[in-house]
Amino acid sequence: MAYSPIVMDHFKNPRNVGEILDADGLGEVGNPVCGDMMSVYIKVENNIIQDVKFKTFGCGAAIAVSSMITELAKGKTLEEAMQIKNSDVAKALGGLPPNKLHCSNLGADALHSAIKNYLDRKAGKIVPQEEGEEHHPEKGGACYCPYCEKQVVEESPFCIFCGKEMPHDHDH
Amino acid sequence: MGFIYLDHQSGTPLHPKVQEAMIQHIQTIFGNPSSDHQVGQPAAVVLEKARAQTAALINANPPEIVFTSGGTEANNQAIKGVAIGLREKGRHIITSNIEHKSVLNSLRTLRLLDYRVTSLDVDQYGLVDPGAVEKAITPETILISIMLANNEIGTIEPIAKIAEIAKKHKIVMHTDAVAATGNIPVDVQELGVNLLSLAANQFYGPSGVGALYIRKGTPVWPLLDGGTQENKRRAGTENLIGIVGLGQAAELAKEAIPARQARLRALKERLEQGIKARIPEIHINGHPTLNLPHLLSVSVEYIEGESLMLMLDDEGIVVATRSACASGSLRASHVLIGTGMDFATAQGTLVFTLGEENTDAEIDRVLEVMPGIVQTLRDMSPLYKKSGH
Ligand code: FES
Repeated sequence: MAYSPIVMDHFKNPRNVGEILDADGLGEVGNPVCGDMMSVYIKVENNIIQDVKFKTFGCGAAIAVSSMITELAKGKTLEEAMQIKNSDVAKALGGLPPNKLHCSNLGADALHSAIKNYLDRKAGKIVPQEEGEEHHPEKGGACYCPYCEKQVVEESPFCIFCGKEMPHDHDH
Repeated sequence: MGFIYLDHQSGTPLHPKVQEAMIQHIQTIFGNPSSDHQVGQPAAVVLEKARAQTAALINANPPEIVFTSGGTEANNQAIKGVAIGLREKGRHIITSNIEHKSVLNSLRTLRLLDYRVTSLDVDQYGLVDPGAVEKAITPETILISIMLANNEIGTIEPIAKIAEIAKKHKIVMHTDAVAATGNIPVDVQELGVNLLSLAANQFYGPSGVGALYIRKGTPVWPLLDGGTQENKRRAGTENLIGIVGLGQAAELAKEAIPARQARLRALKERLEQGIKARIPEIHINGHPTLNLPHLLSVSVEYIEGESLMLMLDDEGIVVATRSACASGSLRASHVLIGTGMDFATAQGTLVFTLGEENTDAEIDRVLEVMPGIVQTLRDMSPLYKKSGH
C-alpha cells in the first residue's frame, strides 16, 4: 500500500469535509475504475472560490485527494482552479501508489465539474442539482490488450497474442 | 504486541513449538533427503515424520501427502495435474463462482488450452447446490473442484454430498480446504474426496509451505518436472525447514481443534452480536450456521472498506477488507458479487479472522472503537445522506 505521510495526514484529518447547502456549484463524479464516488461543493464570489467542501465514498487515497483538492482550490479564481490537474493533486500529496493514481482523477474531475455546473447555472443553462453520473466498473466484463486490442483473459500477465506485458495490477 | 491482530487468514503467527522445531532442525540437519548417505538419511527421516504428522491431521495415509509451496501450488497441482492426467478421457471441469483465485486462475489457464469449465452459481449464503453439480456433469467431465470453506465469507460447502455424486459418476473430486484445515476437523475419509489442498500458515505454521492430499490411484500428473521426489508428483529438493514447521503445526492443530473451535466461535459471537448492537445498517455475510468458527465477514453500508481498514489500523486493530479499492486488481470481490450482493455494499466489507491469542478484551476494544470510525466515514460519504440520513 505504502501511502505517503501527506496522504495519511489528509486521510486521517481531512480538510473541508461536508456540504454547502446553498452551493453555487456542485460536481459529482463516479470513479469508473472502482465504482466509488465524490461530490464537490463550491461557493463563488467575484469569480473566486470562497468556500469548497467535499463528500467522498472511497479509499484512503480518494479521501486524501478530495481533501487536497479543496485545499488547492480554495481562494483561487475559477480560471486558476480549472488549471489544477490530477498530477498536481498527486504531487501535492507527495505521490500516490501507481494503482491509486486513478483516484486522483476523481478529485480534479469533481472540482472541474463543480465549476462547470456553476458556470452553466449562471448562464441559465441548467437547474441546480444535476444528477451525478454513476459509473460502475464492468463486472466480469471483457478485458482487452491495450496494444493489439485483442480480447484477453482477466489478469493476464502478458498478452498471449502480441506478447506485450499487460499493465501492472498487483495482488496480495 | 501493540496491536490487535484479527487477520489470521493472511497468516497466523508461528506457534512457539513450531518455531522451536524449525530452529532445532536448522541447527542439526542440512542433508538432502534424496541422498542415501549418513548426511542425507536423517533428513529423510525428518521428512517422513512431517508427512505422517500432516497425514494424521486429515486422516490420510502418509504416502498420500505431497508437500507443496502452499495452498496456491496445491490447488494448481490438483487441477492442472488432473487435467493433464485425464486429458484422453475428457476436457470438462466443474467448479463454483466463489473459489479462491488459485483455482479460478488455474481454470483460466486450462480454458486457454481448450478445456471447458462450468462455473456454478451459489445462493445468497454462498452455498453450492449438489443437485446443480450433478446436472452439470457430462460424459466429458473429469474433475469437480469445490472449496470446503470459503475464505471470504466462511461458508462451509456440502463437500461430502458432492463427493458422493462425483464418485457415482467416476469423476475426480478436489476440495480446496486451505481456509478450513486447522480451524475445523477435516477428514478425507468422511469427505470422500480424491484431492485436498491445505496450507500451514492457516494453523500457526510457516508461510510458503502446504500440502496436497492425493488419494491413492488418483491420476495427477506433476506440475513441476524433474527428479522423483514426492512419489514423482513434485520434483525439486524439499523445503525441509518449512515442511518440519508444517508437520509440527499439524500435530498441534489436531490436538487443539476441538477446544480452539469452541473458544473462537464464542469470541466471534461476541464480536458479531456487539457489531450488530452498535452499528446499524450492516450485513453479516455467509451462511448463518454452516460457517467457519473464526471468520466474520461484515459489510458496512455507505462506506468503503479500505478507508475503514486504515482507520482501524491506526487504532491498532488489524483486519482485512474485500473492497475493490484494496484488491490490487481494483475489482469487486467475486465472492460477494457471487452471493448476489450489490457493488456498493460489497465495497464496505471487512473480514475478521480470529486466532488463538485473541481475547475478550480485544474484541471489546474493537466494539468500542469501530462505531465511531464507521460514523466518521459515513458522515463523509455522499451515499449516506442520499439514502435519507
Ligand atoms: S476510490 Fe477506489 S481505489 Fe481509490
